[in-house]
Amino acid sequence: MNNIKKFFFSNVRELSLILVIIFISIFVQFRSGGNFLTSENIRDLFTESAILAILSVGMMMVIITAGIDLSIGAVMALAGMIGTTLLKNNQALSPIIIILVAILVGTVCGMINGVLVSRLRILPIIATLGMMNVFRGITYIVSGGGWVLQNNMSQAFLGVATGSILGINNLVAIAILIYVIGYIFLNYTRTGRQIYAVGNSEESAMVSGIKTKKILWLSYTLMGAIAGLAGILYVCKFAAAQGETAVGYEMNVIAACVLGGVSISGGMGRVQGVLLGALMLGILNNAMPLINVSVFWQEAVRGLIILLSVISNAIIQRNVEVKALRRRNI
Amino acid sequence: MSEYILELRGITKIFPGVKALDNVHFQLKEGEIHALMGENGAGKSTFIKVITGVHEPEEGEIFLNGKKVVFKNPKEAQKMSIAAIYQHGTAYQHLSVTENIFMGHEELYKTGILNWKKMHADARKLLRELGSDIDPKTNMGHLTVAEQQIVEIAKAISTNARIIIMDEPTAALSKRECEQLYKITEKLRDDGCSIIFISHRFEDMYRLASRVTVFRDAKYIGTWGVNEISNDVLISKMVGREITQIYPKQKVDFGEEIFRVEGLSKVGYYKDVSFSLRKGEILAMTGLVGAGRTEVCHGIFGIETLDEGKIYLEGKEVKIKSPLDAMNAGIGYLPEDRQKQGLILDWSICDNITLATLEKFTKGTIINRKKERAKAKELAEMVKTKALSVFDKANSLSGGNQQKIIVAKLLNSDLKVVILDEPTKGVDVGAKAQIYEIMSKLAAQGYGVIMISSEMPEVLGMADTILVMKEGRVSKIFENASEVTQEQILEAAMNIG
Amino acid sequence: MAEQVMKSDGTRIVASERGFSFKRFILQWEWMLVLMLVIVNIINISFSPNYANFTNVMNAMRDFLDKAIVVFPMAFVIMLGEIDISVASIMALSSVIMGVCFKSGIPMGTAIIIALLVGTACGFINGIILVKFKQLSSMIVTLATQIIFRGIASILLETNSVGGFPSWFNQFGWGKVGSVPIILIFCIVEGLFFAYLLHFTKFGRRTYAMGNSVTVSRFSGIKTDKIKLIIFTVTGLMSAVAAVFLASKMGSVRPDVAKGYELDIIAMVVLGGVSSAGGKGNILGTVLSILVIGLLRYGLGLINVQSQIIMVIVGALLIIAVAIPNLKSSIGRPEFLKSFIKKTPAKN
Repeated sequence: MNNIKKFFFSNVRELSLILVIIFISIFVQFRSGGNFLTSENIRDLFTESAILAILSVGMMMVIITAGIDLSIGAVMALAGMIGTTLLKNNQALSPIIIILVAILVGTVCGMINGVLVSRLRILPIIATLGMMNVFRGITYIVSGGGWVLQNNMSQAFLGVATGSILGINNLVAIAILIYVIGYIFLNYTRTGRQIYAVGNSEESAMVSGIKTKKILWLSYTLMGAIAGLAGILYVCKFAAAQGETAVGYEMNVIAACVLGGVSISGGMGRVQGVLLGALMLGILNNAMPLINVSVFWQEAVRGLIILLSVISNAIIQRNVEVKALRRRNI
Repeated sequence: MSEYILELRGITKIFPGVKALDNVHFQLKEGEIHALMGENGAGKSTFIKVITGVHEPEEGEIFLNGKKVVFKNPKEAQKMSIAAIYQHGTAYQHLSVTENIFMGHEELYKTGILNWKKMHADARKLLRELGSDIDPKTNMGHLTVAEQQIVEIAKAISTNARIIIMDEPTAALSKRECEQLYKITEKLRDDGCSIIFISHRFEDMYRLASRVTVFRDAKYIGTWGVNEISNDVLISKMVGREITQIYPKQKVDFGEEIFRVEGLSKVGYYKDVSFSLRKGEILAMTGLVGAGRTEVCHGIFGIETLDEGKIYLEGKEVKIKSPLDAMNAGIGYLPEDRQKQGLILDWSICDNITLATLEKFTKGTIINRKKERAKAKELAEMVKTKALSVFDKANSLSGGNQQKIIVAKLLNSDLKVVILDEPTKGVDVGAKAQIYEIMSKLAAQGYGVIMISSEMPEVLGMADTILVMKEGRVSKIFENASEVTQEQILEAAMNIG
Repeated sequence: MAEQVMKSDGTRIVASERGFSFKRFILQWEWMLVLMLVIVNIINISFSPNYANFTNVMNAMRDFLDKAIVVFPMAFVIMLGEIDISVASIMALSSVIMGVCFKSGIPMGTAIIIALLVGTACGFINGIILVKFKQLSSMIVTLATQIIFRGIASILLETNSVGGFPSWFNQFGWGKVGSVPIILIFCIVEGLFFAYLLHFTKFGRRTYAMGNSVTVSRFSGIKTDKIKLIIFTVTGLMSAVAAVFLASKMGSVRPDVAKGYELDIIAMVVLGGVSSAGGKGNILGTVLSILVIGLLRYGLGLINVQSQIIMVIVGALLIIAVAIPNLKSSIGRPEFLKSFIKKTPAKN
């Protein structure tokens, strides 16, 4: 009994998210006349959410260090653009190489962010805001203002987003892989735990001999690599790369993290929570058209849900504290 | 083999503009508890950081078991079996106890994967050995300060430390918790650890240490056996001058009642607190840490709302919903944590002093800077601040002078009642005496003074009336402080029977 | 009196006046901005002969000053240690509502007032949420309201736009008094007002105090909630004012108007030396940084530099500007260079 209670309290965030997801699913299922929980739609839903979910893991690491990365939308555009430009000039290139190039581009971008934050001690929000401009500008310069469209992309490359492994869409498979790696990395490796340590208290981390600057740098670099990967998958999925690719996407990713219980002040956040947060956003995007919510309503509804979620979280937390105080029985 | 397990010779550490340590020596024998004492700013904290490899000294040598060593970073010191428990909790609040213990030297499987199972089990075992049944899976942030300290000690042991440095471990502990800490410390010594124990409390030193070393103004003053040196001599070594009378209490005839509270309650913190105060009276609120003293005063000052209760000033009831209401009514509060609650450290003395009373310097909406500075100068001199000008930043001042600035800030409001929350905590002996002097002057001028304090000598030395709190309630009020003994207060504060 | 104090117990006199210190004067961040401004102007003049033409400069001002209107209140927000990402969305929502009102037959004057009220209300909503739920960070709250406000704008107008405003309305964006644009006059008045507010009044001092420490401010009897609420509300109001100017300049309103403005505005504030860690900065700095970024854009535009390259330059400028003070303090220590070469953590 005690163990169940403990489990409940330590996973309250995830459990309530699951509850909300179930509730929304049932509601949408009835309203849409059974069009929501079909195997086809569920597959769509996962495919649609995959890229967001991949990015959320990276963003979570950065937020755990009490940072933020606003440049990821731009990094995605840059990586996608460089990757597809290569492809445009040489159709025979293997998709694997294109993806690796994109990851490399992302990694370099992430390294730059990392140096700015860890070595030059620029506030993350400012550093990544500035670099967002720089990366986005470079994307335009690389593309010369043009687009890389479907007819410039090889079938093999386009197949990355549409193909599947073992009946699972490639994008979803990649997301699953990233989550498994992310889970192990953050919970079962020394470096992963050091990210939490730095987020909890940089000073103590230094005192316990953790190379805090390296850890900070590493988390931005990993974020960059993930953004590079997500960027190429994004242009692959939409079969178009342009200067405006993924504008404002960082806000979605941050929203997924916040929904998933990652604390903006650092030190707190779990892979499983973030996965649910990303799924939740994905479900909203997927479900609203099904129940005939006009496309123009979707933005506002999404914003409202994020806002209500953080507010209700704050209220729950407050109530828990008040209850704990009442138990003190003075 | 050297006689000393750890020896430091001629250590000098320079920070931009300051010599934090100036040719300092220190010798630690194997298996001893060695007290390190000195005023704030004497260089103790820097000294520890040199030993633990956080700072590299500019000059000087460190010998471990007679062999010269150089620590480039904390990890290297850790490898040499040196561990420190710092004054300000260095805990990771959102991480588990286990993780706090093993951070930096985790148990791994051969694959490089963390072995949580073993770490949890080891953590539990370590804590049991220290006589504690804390669940290693709890978040550090959910523990009390005393429990966190035990975890820190467990951490030190888990690194196989032979030399353990404790930086003011008793500062935030209650009497009973201190006793537990003493026992653990003695056990560590009996197991063969050598311990450097830093404290402001003489009690700690007499209870535990065999030798004591004193630093003053970044310099080494001397080392003595604890039994060879008297209290007075030790104080004079720390301060550099004899302190004749530390409690300058003036005889004051009390006026009429100025302040009264009835039935103050707040769920989870305190219940049914009532007391009254006359003009010129100093009322000390004491009790164990966590008994609710600070919380009651926060309620009176409007920082937190009261659930129930009435506050009367000069016989009239006042409604207090915010600190501004309290200040307008004539109640001032000197907060417990002067760095986080009292002062804007980046600001000048002048701006700090006038922050709460800007109305007094404004004409229309514009602040009159000249008037502001003149007043700040007057007040800063009144409380005898040691500073070059009112433009000096607050963080360039010593703890005692910072405290004086906050007192000056209070005095600029038109107050009737001042609440001083641990006014001498972390303040060096010299400044302490000056703060007591200000306190008794205030009383003589007809203020009602409430002093929260955990230090028994200061309570007995300064108070007219002593209010003891226990677990959120008023346990006892001693009307005539001069006839009270420490034992009586302790009895009221502790849960006996 | 003072000397007596000193003689009796050795306490030093506390001085209340200080002389002029050249070092303190020259080490101000504003000089850096002045230098940048000079460099920008030299570059511009040497590349384009038409640059130093009064009319041209005045026209350029018209282009970037709509952002400047929001820069001043944003400086207050950032000085508090907070941030408001929703300003551009507030601009969109208030201008869209103005357009919708106008279309439904409400007189333009009333529509403008409604727009200003809407902006104020949006700012108030941000503020009240932050005040009521203190553990929420302003970044998250305004991130959410950013989506909501723009979302409502697109519910109202979908992908349509509203135009055909009366001709007098165009005066806001295009009008001039003599040869000075109305928007410039407005910005000067606004800048003076905010400078007065920040540097001479209790409100300004308290804002600085809160940026340094909310706790200390509360213990000092400052109504911190009230100040925060006012600042966010005023930011909403000024966003709506900027929206009116922008709508006038463009002649129509659309839900996707002013997208991404928030980032430019924040960049201007930060470049101006306002610390996003709170508690530092002044209005002069923000004015200079508006001019640096604005004139740089204008000058590079004259010589046909692509706007994308300008984007890169502005981003890099922002980072360099913020990095310089940090470099200055860390380069002095040998550890700084060592930390790049060796892998030992630099010690503080």
